[in-house]
Amino acid sequence: MSTNAIQTNTKWWNGGRSPFNVSYGKVMMWYFLMSDAFTFGAFLISYGTIRFSVNNWADPNHVFNAFPFAGHANLPLAFVSLMTFILIFSSVTMVLAVHEGHKMNRKGVEKYMVLTILGGLAFLGCQAWEWTHLITGDHAVLVNGQIEHWGTTVSKNPWGHEVMHEGAMVATPGPIAFGGYFFGITGFHGFHVFSGVIINVVMLIKTRLGHFDQRGHYEMIEKAGLYWHFVDLVWVFVFLCFYLI
Amino acid sequence: MSEHAVSSPEITFSPEHASGTKKIWKTFWILSIITIAELGIGLAIYNIHKGPDPSAALVLFFKGMVCILTLAKAYYIVSIFMHLGDEIRNMIMTIVVPLLLFVWFITAFLWDGNAWKNLRNTDGGSRTAPTEQVQQHAPAAVDNHEKK
Repeated sequence: MSTNAIQTNTKWWNGGRSPFNVSYGKVMMWYFLMSDAFTFGAFLISYGTIRFSVNNWADPNHVFNAFPFAGHANLPLAFVSLMTFILIFSSVTMVLAVHEGHKMNRKGVEKYMVLTILGGLAFLGCQAWEWTHLITGDHAVLVNGQIEHWGTTVSKNPWGHEVMHEGAMVATPGPIAFGGYFFGITGFHGFHVFSGVIINVVMLIKTRLGHFDQRGHYEMIEKAGLYWHFVDLVWVFVFLCFYLI
Repeated sequence: MSEHAVSSPEITFSPEHASGTKKIWKTFWILSIITIAELGIGLAIYNIHKGPDPSAALVLFFKGMVCILTLAKAYYIVSIFMHLGDEIRNMIMTIVVPLLLFVWFITAFLWDGNAWKNLRNTDGGSRTAPTEQVQQHAPAAVDNHEKK
């Protein structure tokens, strides 16, 4: 491993100065993000445990198959891939803002921060639509021999397996935990996106007021960027756990 | 405090930040291509489920593939976008090593979930498990038995 270290030109600390060569604020942001990663990890692992412990789970391709203005067209994965690309793209504009900050280019930072904020708002809009669609979209469910119409909420959902009822296939109530985990985890992630947008707006205002030019560096943009990329990182795993598998 | 971030004695160098944006755009394309590959696999799983003869082993294989692709995406985001790859090795280790706990968290908890399912299906071990469980679309378990 140490020979490898020499080859790749990265160094181990050998005393005399700050071991990490990173400012206090950035180290603390990393530690916060690590603790946040464990929080999200705990949520997702708990979801996985419950999913492993039951015989049936809702089929994501069946639950998430709608697209705005597409009526009842069956489009599995389409809307969530749009959301994923929005978030990846806003991550790119964020890293470009950090890059402009290194060059001390205020106009460039402002431009890319605005694009990042717009990306975040677009993602939140998509999530609002998706939640509304799930909560208000009724589906026929067979409950105690009666047909009822249910949306997807934290207490009940219509995504169970289908059974034959009076000559037609009809769904049964889905796993009770599905709604709680879905709304809980995507909600917690959405809240992170929301607070990330707020942080980015504050950074944009501070950039416009010239605070970072006075300070002589744009390190605050880097710290906000770390948080924003983390939000994208979490989405990668939420996307995997809820929509793909 | 942070006014002196660049000149403070604890920082002895600022990492060489790439002069161009080439690396950023390259990473963007890598992430996009991986995401498209994931979507392709997701649709493949969908079609296997919809098909007349869904193979549980094939679905499991594809799900494993998506997990590996997701880890690749996570690597690129953390290493390039968050610039962790540009930091000193001690910094990388203090972030990455604690995250290794996830390996055991995931193993232990999914194992536990599976054990709960077995207890549930056997009434706490008082009867043998049914050979096939109720499946949403088609009994994949039966399919496996036929192949054996």
